[in-house]
Amino acid sequence: MPQFLEHSMTSWRGQEVEHQLSIVDQFDPRARIITAMIFAIVVVFSKTLWLPFVGLLLAFTFALSASLHIKRTLRRVIAMDMFVLLMIIMLPFTMDGTPLFHLFGFAASQEGFIHAIGIALKANAVVLALLALVGTLEASVLGHALARLQVPEKLVHLLLFTVRYLDVISREYKSMRKAMKARAFVARNNLHTWRSFGYLIGMLLVRSLERSERIFAAMKCRGYCGKLYLFDTMSWQRRDTCLILIIVLFALFAIASGAYLR
Amino acid sequence: MHIVDGALSDSVVIGGAVLAFAGVAYGLKRMDLDRIPQMGILSASFFIASLIHVPVGPSSLHLILNGLIGLALGWTAFPALFVALLLQAVFFGYGGLIVLGVNTFNIALPAVLVWMLFHKKIISTPPKQASIWGGIAGAASIVLTAIMVSLSLALTGEEFLVAAKLALASHIPIMLVEAFVTGAAVFLLARVKPDFFAQPEGS
Repeated sequence: MPQFLEHSMTSWRGQEVEHQLSIVDQFDPRARIITAMIFAIVVVFSKTLWLPFVGLLLAFTFALSASLHIKRTLRRVIAMDMFVLLMIIMLPFTMDGTPLFHLFGFAASQEGFIHAIGIALKANAVVLALLALVGTLEASVLGHALARLQVPEKLVHLLLFTVRYLDVISREYKSMRKAMKARAFVARNNLHTWRSFGYLIGMLLVRSLERSERIFAAMKCRGYCGKLYLFDTMSWQRRDTCLILIIVLFALFAIASGAYLR
Repeated sequence: MHIVDGALSDSVVIGGAVLAFAGVAYGLKRMDLDRIPQMGILSASFFIASLIHVPVGPSSLHLILNGLIGLALGWTAFPALFVALLLQAVFFGYGGLIVLGVNTFNIALPAVLVWMLFHKKIISTPPKQASIWGGIAGAASIVLTAIMVSLSLALTGEEFLVAAKLALASHIPIMLVEAFVTGAAVFLLARVKPDFFAQPEGS
């Protein structure tokens, strides 16, 4: 598999192919989305260091019980941590406070250090929880669950169409890349490469638009009138209520402990 | 560039979420129900196109293409980009959940601004000129995104000023590449499918 499409190729047709049913999969998709939302809000807005730490432990628990693909998850979390590192590496030196140590004549402050660790903890906790709770849903199930949570219908349909055609378009793209390769195209640092990529994208859009016209005609033929019907396969059970209760208790505990006061 | 959760101050995060919500809501309002299949397929194509890695110097970078997305979709760029960022956050772990609003706004507002500024010029000029306007639009959208990312960081606190400047500087190579790629894409579209840019929104 080419490296540039590695991400998109693994998950769109649902991760169910990739892992067997886990504890997390037994919960209702809606409960998982709500839990992830509350969890993220609790962790991100906290002003202390211990709460994100507890959050990270909790996120690990989610990840373990979701039996995430370890290598793939690690790769994603590390990729994000590179961004985090870029953003926080200067913090100890740019924030005023008690100096901790000196590097090339610049003082690293304790406050900056603590702030940087806080950001790293929060970012990792949220991403891990998100990948474990929501990332394990099939993309189309995510759409249906969002619709049940009163997300506007148009947005959900846009998401469902996008998800459906990601795979199709990426196959189209790959065949076009193959055609370019057959004509000895190698991506380099030059104008020719950029122009070729521009033409490639333009052609991809032309083909997609024509494809969408055919799809629309086929849908019209089957009575499409701007409305899609949603499956009703989700059932809310007692364990879903329990999950919500646990995360709400966690939120109340966080508020009561004064984690949001400066 | 995706900003991660936890980095920005509360007011920036909430402000970004409110603005992105307004943008997505307005974009949805202007989107015809009939157009949903077309929008979905176009946004899937943009999603795939933004995964292309272009070699630049010793390393490579991937395209953002928000200029071209704006030119093609207009205000609908807001919901389309929101969906793309949501999928990226949920399935790839790019960025975060709470900063989704900020990230959407930083990428989608330049797309809409570029559409307002250059859309008319592109549909009314011959392919060669349209491609130059397209190139300018591609560069402008990246410059605007870079400025907005830096601004979100700078508004968070003085301690992020260095990171903000770095973010600004790191967008320069991608700006150049996007200018050429968008220009070429507009040229091809103007030649092959002249009504492409006239399609999505009636106005």
